Amino acid sequence: MSAVAVPVRAGSPPFWRHLLGFNMFTGIVLAVVGWVIGDNVVGPAIHAKSLAYYTTEAGQNDISVLLGYLFGVAGFLIGLGFANYPIKRMLGYPPTLAEHESEGEGLWRYFRLCTDHKVVGIQYLVGIGVFFFVGGLNAMFIRTELLQPNVHIWGANQYLTLVGMHGAMMMGMMTSGVLGPFANYLVPLMIGTRRMAYPRVEAFTFWLLMAAGVVLITTVFFGGFQTGWTGYATLGDQGQVGYDAYIGFFALVGTSMTLLGFNLMATIITMRAPGMTWSRLPMMVWGTLATSILMLLAAPMLVATLLMAALDRTAQTAFFIPGNGGSSYLYENLFWVFGHPEVYIVAIPGFMIVLELLPVFARKPLWGYRLAVAGFLGVALLSWFVWQHHLFVSGINADLRPFYMLSTELISLPTGFTFLCAMGTLWRGRIRLEVPMLFCLAWAFNFLFGGLSGVFNSDTPSDVTTHGSFFVMAHFHYTIMGGLVFTFFAAIYYWGPKMLGFKFNERLAKIHFWTLFISFNSTFGPLFALGFMGMPRRVVTYNPHWQFLNDWVSASAYCIGLSMLVFLANVIYSMVLKREPVEANPWNSKSIEWTYPTPVPVHDFDRFPVFDGDPYPYGVEPVAAPATAAVPAGGSS
Amino acid sequence: MTTFDHGATGATGEDRLHFRRLLMIWVPLTIALLAIDIWVLGPILPPGNGSVEASGQRVDNIVLLAMATPVMTAVLVYFSYAIIVFRERDPAAALEGPAIRGHAGVQLWWLVITTGIVLAAAGYGTARLLADGSGGGQGPNPIAAPAQASSDRPLQVQVIAQQWHFTFRWPSYGGFETTDLKLPAHTLVEFHVTSLDVVHSFWAYQLGVKADANPGEDNVAYVTTNGPLRFNIRCAELCGVWHGYMYQPGQVLSQSQFASWIAQQRQQNAPSEKFLTPYAKTYFPAPGRRSG
Repeated sequence: MSAVAVPVRAGSPPFWRHLLGFNMFTGIVLAVVGWVIGDNVVGPAIHAKSLAYYTTEAGQNDISVLLGYLFGVAGFLIGLGFANYPIKRMLGYPPTLAEHESEGEGLWRYFRLCTDHKVVGIQYLVGIGVFFFVGGLNAMFIRTELLQPNVHIWGANQYLTLVGMHGAMMMGMMTSGVLGPFANYLVPLMIGTRRMAYPRVEAFTFWLLMAAGVVLITTVFFGGFQTGWTGYATLGDQGQVGYDAYIGFFALVGTSMTLLGFNLMATIITMRAPGMTWSRLPMMVWGTLATSILMLLAAPMLVATLLMAALDRTAQTAFFIPGNGGSSYLYENLFWVFGHPEVYIVAIPGFMIVLELLPVFARKPLWGYRLAVAGFLGVALLSWFVWQHHLFVSGINADLRPFYMLSTELISLPTGFTFLCAMGTLWRGRIRLEVPMLFCLAWAFNFLFGGLSGVFNSDTPSDVTTHGSFFVMAHFHYTIMGGLVFTFFAAIYYWGPKMLGFKFNERLAKIHFWTLFISFNSTFGPLFALGFMGMPRRVVTYNPHWQFLNDWVSASAYCIGLSMLVFLANVIYSMVLKREPVEANPWNSKSIEWTYPTPVPVHDFDRFPVFDGDPYPYGVEPVAAPATAAVPAGGSS
Repeated sequence: MTTFDHGATGATGEDRLHFRRLLMIWVPLTIALLAIDIWVLGPILPPGNGSVEASGQRVDNIVLLAMATPVMTAVLVYFSYAIIVFRERDPAAALEGPAIRGHAGVQLWWLVITTGIVLAAAGYGTARLLADGSGGGQGPNPIAAPAQASSDRPLQVQVIAQQWHFTFRWPSYGGFETTDLKLPAHTLVEFHVTSLDVVHSFWAYQLGVKADANPGEDNVAYVTTNGPLRFNIRCAELCGVWHGYMYQPGQVLSQSQFASWIAQQRQQNAPSEKFLTPYAKTYFPAPGRRSG
């Protein structure tokens, strides 16, 4: 936080002037240069001298493509200016946060490396939003193909590529969908610090994620990949060069997630303002902490797995090649050791937003604070012990199945704590059905069915039928889309005015909510039935008897798409056309972040905020109760 | 927490009123839905009664549904009630609810009840799984087989998954290979599922069998067939471009029909039998095979 290093330029420089220097434009130019060097110079040189035992047979060169991605991403980051600081430090310059301080106030800050946590939060929101729409568009294409029981729009290969891109884009991007925008923006404000523990790392996670998204999209130039988002080896080993894009994408996402979790965790543990004790943390911060622990520990497993897959394809190793002593189970295990904490990385942010928002709109303190915290941490802990429920019928460790059945069903206990705390908070509250509250209540509805259907998947005898069917697909869309995406929108409508400085049109927001809620249930509800009838996932053809239900689902999916367009229209209308300045505290919230001015100043605050009590100081306190009555309140967990 | 841990702890008359009302809605609704679960949904729940294991899974699904129903109605009734009864009628009035921050009794009972449900579900699922393996793939050393597996010799059928179809070898009949799967009725069948290339999954929906096919691995699943029926075989694990087309029909025949079918198949395949790789539990694919 040193003084301004570069004097602020007077007046507005011409447009082209902004393109010079270290920014996104330079990053893209250097990314192309890096790609050309990796793919056309270094890669072929190495490939020519390698054994190329597997690759010559198929006539493909994975080394060049992977190196192209590596060099391209490195060029992109250098172009953004990530190398400047380490080089300067090596040359003996003093430490500084010049990226934070010197950029002025303009919109250009958002197109270059900026270590202001508020800028990174909004960069995340927009960047992830773009890829979220790409992933959603893929889903529309998938449902268009499934309008008829036989191939009619996409070929089988394009269809599987769409399925894989949809899954990978959604899982990879939306994993940071709440923590990226909202935790980066709000956690420092909520705990009373001006920045994250590692501001440069914070910016790095964002730009790495954007690079990853572009890498995944380039798979369409290389024949796509047929493996779905799980990328199971053996099938992946066979994959065309497009599978290298999948490897590159998820390895970059995993790196970004690891660093994001690590940074948030360090911030929450070490940078709380005086008075912000553990028992006064808002639920948002507790949830972020639980999620970031999972991110930090789980995502490296993914990166390691994909490195092994990449080595199998380039350096002639055989981690996952059964004929040469490898094992397909190894990939499945490694992937799900990451993959199951991953689904709770996606779920806990939903829990935390619900518990953060319910007190505001029920006008009551949070019910069962300690129980809620125990719920988050319990989910985070148990999520490490359930991964083999993805492998019940895989033929691995038959005698461990009762244990994984039990552990999987046990995780519904801490999840139930979130429900109980939400229900307790509503009890005798004065509930205001504002738009963010509607999305939170929809979470309760969706996640209830997501959770209860999970019981069928967790039960091995029942899972024999539901595994790999549309039932599983419906289940995790109910938990992830119904859980995370709904609360993601709750957060946008709730904190959007604070972050972006404008008010959403309420009528459009309500249309968005109701169309989304109805069409979501109309889309994924019937998929439970289709799965029960025996329709497997990821198929391009299906039994003609199922066409009516599939057409129904596709039509409903289009309604989800239209609902998202309503949201987009609302953003354009409210942000660009109307631009109604927002009141300081439209929800009359008593939470910490609303005590800051809107828009939040670059330096957040001049004096450290003081924390001295309940983070949710709502409600009418009862008349002084006798001291003995006060003991059992607050949770027994 | 102790700094702000005060608030209403004893239930007031209002609390009791709401609770009684909730109970009065929840109990009849749950009973009605349970009846629907058992008598309306129960008979049509998957995967039907194609085999002993399939019937077991169907009963299992009914039990799980019956366990999930009270939870579902409790949460739905509560949220609906809260939205209707606790809704702020006058948004202009900046009124707030009572500052209740928890209730030890409610939390304790919640914990006890949910733990009970979870343990019951896990215990029931385990008992059912260990009784006969429920038709799931159990790897090379199955731990749960139907009771008669030790006394009778089960009919062994090897399922070989490959991109993109299943073939079947019959070790009980000399190990020859067929492209169709037909099984005798009322017989204990021991499937040995393996793959020649990538991970597939052998799913005979009506028989309630699903077992992943891994290259170089032997995955055993048991099923006890019922009377004659037709069933569908599908691949349930994404296995490449034509995964969506990897399905074929199967049939359970009466024992005499099966005997004549297998004899006819064996005779038909006799000329090619000497070119077959000797029967084995697993077949390793060509190293590093990549289809590109």
